[in-house]
Amino acid sequence: MASRRRTFRHGVHPPELKELTEKEAIRRMPFPDEVVLPLSQHTGAPAKPIVSEGDRVERGDKVAAADGFISSPVHASASGTVAGIDLWPHPDGTYKPAVRIAVDRYSAQAPRPRIVPRWEGLSPQEIVQAVQEAGVVGLGGAAFPTHVKLSPPPDTELDAVIINGCECEPYLTTDHHIMAEYPERVHMGLRIMMHTLGVERAMIGIEKNKPDAIEAIRATLPSDLNVTVHPLTVKYPQGAEKMLIKALLGREVPSGKLPMHVGAIVQNVGSCAAIAEVFDTGLPLIERIVTVTGLGVENPSNLIVPVGTKVGELIGACGGLTEDAHEIVFGGPMMGAPQSSLDTPILKGVTGVIVLAKQETKTKESYNCIRCGHCLDACPVFLNPQLLGMMARADRYEEMEEHHIWDCMLCGCCSYVCPSNIPLSQLFQVSRTALQRLKARSAA
Amino acid sequence: MSSSRLLVTASPHLRGPASTPKIMWNVVGSLVPVVATAGYFFGFGALLVIAAATLGALLTEMVFGSKGSLGDGSAAITGLLLGLTLPPGFPLWMSFLGGVVAIAFGKLIFGGLGQNMFNPALLGRAFLQAAFPVAITTWPTGEEGWWNLSPTQASLPLMGAEVDTVTGATPLGLWKFERIATDAVDLLTGAIGGSAGETSAVVITICGGYLALRNFLNWRIPAGIFLTVFVLSGALWLIDAGRYPSPVFMLFSGGLMLGAWFMATDMVTSPVTSRGCWIFGAGIGALVVLIRNWGGLPEGVMYAILLMNAMVPYLNQWTQPRVFGTRLGEAAS
Repeated sequence: MASRRRTFRHGVHPPELKELTEKEAIRRMPFPDEVVLPLSQHTGAPAKPIVSEGDRVERGDKVAAADGFISSPVHASASGTVAGIDLWPHPDGTYKPAVRIAVDRYSAQAPRPRIVPRWEGLSPQEIVQAVQEAGVVGLGGAAFPTHVKLSPPPDTELDAVIINGCECEPYLTTDHHIMAEYPERVHMGLRIMMHTLGVERAMIGIEKNKPDAIEAIRATLPSDLNVTVHPLTVKYPQGAEKMLIKALLGREVPSGKLPMHVGAIVQNVGSCAAIAEVFDTGLPLIERIVTVTGLGVENPSNLIVPVGTKVGELIGACGGLTEDAHEIVFGGPMMGAPQSSLDTPILKGVTGVIVLAKQETKTKESYNCIRCGHCLDACPVFLNPQLLGMMARADRYEEMEEHHIWDCMLCGCCSYVCPSNIPLSQLFQVSRTALQRLKARSAA
Repeated sequence: MSSSRLLVTASPHLRGPASTPKIMWNVVGSLVPVVATAGYFFGFGALLVIAAATLGALLTEMVFGSKGSLGDGSAAITGLLLGLTLPPGFPLWMSFLGGVVAIAFGKLIFGGLGQNMFNPALLGRAFLQAAFPVAITTWPTGEEGWWNLSPTQASLPLMGAEVDTVTGATPLGLWKFERIATDAVDLLTGAIGGSAGETSAVVITICGGYLALRNFLNWRIPAGIFLTVFVLSGALWLIDAGRYPSPVFMLFSGGLMLGAWFMATDMVTSPVTSRGCWIFGAGIGALVVLIRNWGGLPEGVMYAILLMNAMVPYLNQWTQPRVFGTRLGEAAS
């Protein structure tokens, strides 16, 4: 096992740029004056609001209920009064309905007293239900409801829980600090997951550039569980589910299938700690750790942020923007979404806020494709981005489907290496939207 | 700072260090030692031939190319490479015309950078070979001084200047017509007759190797060519050493080194897949052995590369990568 090369084929080596916040201990930011809680913070059906304007809510109270199984409730991240339920800038670039709460000033922000169930005594179904009620979603970026991952179909055969501590995106140090500062939380969450899924084996994959996190996780490893820690080659996108499974188990998730088809469940370290939180303090997911970084922010930090904090206030808590701040990105620089408003709230799935200074955003000139083939050598799922890019520009969307456009993870490796600066991953995203539209039209 | 000043661009927000002009100018830079070697062995006249071809290429790109396309460096490569494939005493106006044809009909007619099927420099040379078959096979005898120009070199266009009847010999010509093998050390250092760029195998390999290390060319193409030429010509040599030249001679004579490192590896006209590059290289190697041994011409690198250029779309199609989580060649469901 140890002799096998711990990585996947292809991928890229962008500059890590983690030094801005690598050494910054996690600290708590002050409560903002208003929190904005979009009803759609997760993959699946948006939550349905259960409060109305003027209602008084305490920190941790539910403000919107899950709409079905693949959905997640939303909770108040601060005590205050519901100021309205209306459309608000969403990180995806649209306006979406959100519950706005005017936060109490001079409040202790104490949650209501609550009964915390002992998870050891609960059945898997009860744990799944408690996790859903707490609104826990994947904190690694995609925000897939965690309870859905914890309840695979009955005929699924699982043999490994994989904890994803790769954090392969440049700049981000969120997961790094969760592992380094709260390793017991991670282990407790892992224990609950293994109990719920009935899986005996667990593996924790961490990229080698986080030696203190590897050390902390190893030092607190529970002796009664079959958990192993695996330092991995530093390469983007090592943290992509399929790449991580390939590196740790040597298995390839079939095209169009989920990790559970090869017997694995992958969970991000942050989500793992969030599960532990539910059975530790009893609080739902109302705050998360966010890396605020980039040369465009005065004091780059790792902060505990109430969900729904506006990005402008968050940056204010880090000393504000610098003179040459130019672009704000939610998530990592490779896959993150650019923001057009400082009022956009931080969602459960926002791993980091990167404020790029002017010198970091210099746009390069684009040239014709010179068929160098570098994109083929970079693509971690072995697509032919050169051919797909050509088809996308000619609107040949159906042909792109034959060439596996749906297997693309939009990781951005092809765009990163392209010497002609062709926006390949952007073209693929646009083509997929166009394909969906075509299909909807032909179905109608 | 107000919200209205925020920049919004698509991810990824980091871009790698490579850029198309950077690749192209690196190729130009790595050709400088090759040009210098040509000047050292063949004298000032060889440099003039290369300069004329480059001037023709650059002017054509400037006049007919899209705005600013001179800056991407690809026209300079075409001009330099064309010049290096010509005899050192070649008439300058023909060299200039070759550069014009290479860019105009080798590249711009297809739509400019990245759109052409055939290596433009070789297309230019193929044109010159068809148009001026005598001039392009007239080699300097090696007895001229460094500064001395051959009288035909300065001839005026279409005036039918007297052709210099004294011609030297190339190692391949010597072998083909007189069965005389050239010393391997001379082949490596470059003290031999031939085109301006057919000199030192050592210099060309160092320059090409630099590009391969920087990932500015795909090393599989020269590797495929050398392996195939070595194995095939080695087998023939073992069968009959009197009829077929040794594999070392085959590797280091003629335009093989220049062609394998600098022309076959032209990104635009070579396959995008790794397996495609191996087949592409092997095909060129096999064709070179075929043409040199059984063809009418002593040298076959140019036609070998041009023929394989025509195969590139098929090679790309046949060697599509296996998509993660599928079996080879499986279409998306």
